[in-house]
Amino acid sequence: MSKDIFVLIEHLRGEVADISYMALAQANSIARSTGGKVVAVLLCKEAGNLSAKLAADEVLAVESPALEHFTGEVYQAVLAQIVKERQPGLVLMGETSIGSDVAGGVAAKLDLPLISMCNLLTAEGGKLTATCQICGGKIMAEIDVPETATVLTLIPGKFAVEEGQREGAPVTKVAAPAIEQPKVVFKQYIEPAGEDIDISKESILIGVGRGIGNQDALEDLEKLAEAMGGVLCASRPVVDQNWLPATRLVGKSGKRIGGKLYLALGISGAPEHTEAITGCDLIIAVNTDPKAPIFNIAKYGAEIDLLDLVPVLTEKIQDAR
Amino acid sequence: MKIIVPIQLVPDLVEELVIDKSGTKLDPDEISWILNEYDNHAIEQAILIKEKSGAEVTVIAPDLEGADDALFTAAAKGADKLVKIAEDFIEEPFNVHALARMFAKIIKEEDASLVLTGVSASNSLDGCLGAILAEYLGMPYVGYVSGVTIEGNKASVHKEFPGGLISQLEVTLPAVLGIQASETPPRYVPFSKTRQAMKERKIEEEEGEFDLAGGLTPKRMFLPVVTEKAQMLEGDEDEIAEKLVAILKERGII
Repeated sequence: MSKDIFVLIEHLRGEVADISYMALAQANSIARSTGGKVVAVLLCKEAGNLSAKLAADEVLAVESPALEHFTGEVYQAVLAQIVKERQPGLVLMGETSIGSDVAGGVAAKLDLPLISMCNLLTAEGGKLTATCQICGGKIMAEIDVPETATVLTLIPGKFAVEEGQREGAPVTKVAAPAIEQPKVVFKQYIEPAGEDIDISKESILIGVGRGIGNQDALEDLEKLAEAMGGVLCASRPVVDQNWLPATRLVGKSGKRIGGKLYLALGISGAPEHTEAITGCDLIIAVNTDPKAPIFNIAKYGAEIDLLDLVPVLTEKIQDAR
Repeated sequence: MKIIVPIQLVPDLVEELVIDKSGTKLDPDEISWILNEYDNHAIEQAILIKEKSGAEVTVIAPDLEGADDALFTAAAKGADKLVKIAEDFIEEPFNVHALARMFAKIIKEEDASLVLTGVSASNSLDGCLGAILAEYLGMPYVGYVSGVTIEGNKASVHKEFPGGLISQLEVTLPAVLGIQASETPPRYVPFSKTRQAMKERKIEEEEGEFDLAGGLTPKRMFLPVVTEKAQMLEGDEDEIAEKLVAILKERGII
């Protein structure tokens, strides 16, 4: 086993995912202490521009028509083969729709340890420690990374996208290993349904979570949004109930938001949600649970039932204007 | 066709989570176990397929407090067979590998066409169940699934990417799918129907064998270190609203 750190580069329709740049930044920080190279592993039809900004010592581009569209099955088979041949010490990828489909299979196939939900890797005296965020962000777990080759899935942590971007990494092209007749075949992309506003471009956002209880509460919340000159967005449970369309989803599987204000109502603040709100200038959270992790990142908080607060707040904002 | 839904129970995050004296795991006596939300969606998706295309749905749960409730509720929704793996799970609640091995042993005997499981669970440290289970079963895996339609020996699967983009995939069965959201929200069943299922239905018990290989032992567990916690606004709704308006005005937001 080498000390090299492999980072699986996640990309979709010609764009590299932010989490891959964050993972490269994390990998570079570790490599400085442990020695070894940072290798960006790019599985693709053609590397083209995908490799342009990868902050790595080497880009390993595996090119094949079979890798044009992501399927976990083919990615897993190819990555497992590369890891087996090249024996890196660590294999990093995102805890995402791509990374999670690949990590479990690669680890199980090669019988490697797997650590998920890791938001920080640190090196001390040559030993690595993974800090993982579990139970909706309410518990942190510290794990000694085994000294054998290990697969890790990362969630956004302290590293910024820009820290994982650098031009000029040498690209080594390698032929894809033989790929068996796949059982999972890509057919087409389906765009998110319906015309709607783009929440990633809005400046004032009112986020609603499970705490709204039921759909009836939305009427009052719409009034509040209107009074504030903002728009409603939501965490996963609200969208899963079809109370708001998927276009309003904020989080790992939805959109990242920025803007002047994010008012989080009845949102607990699980990592898959909070990773997408860090770009907001001001976060105010309202929740009945004083231990809700959202209060750890909000500037202001209130421990109160949002259903009691919203009508009063709407009225006072209307009066203030 | 046979659909199997292996489910996970997770600590109820609404309750306080207590780290035990060893400082390396949650205190099992303080955990209130509930059905993993994504598994609720997996059960719903299985029932939707049964209603549309006909299927026998088996739900398997580890024998933790809360398993009977979860299984009987699944029965009230339309699940045909209920199975519980008898084993003392409390000591190692985070070992997904051990659980996957136990599920795999039972599923192999069942000749299932489709295995639906929640895409992830909040207390997992060693990966998500579906992907590991698929490898143990020698089946392909697709996670982050929000729609499944059966067409003969194939499934047309909708896989979600960030921003709501969906990739439509054709999957040759048998396969394991990690469900993020069922096509329609999980149905509500009145407790009377669950109670009826408790009287009429039986949970089969399967022996489990605990093999902890692949699991992780944290050296430390702790509550998130907060460098700057939110400044809490005190008072009733009237006072809090006043304070919020003042903050918003000061920042030029309203």
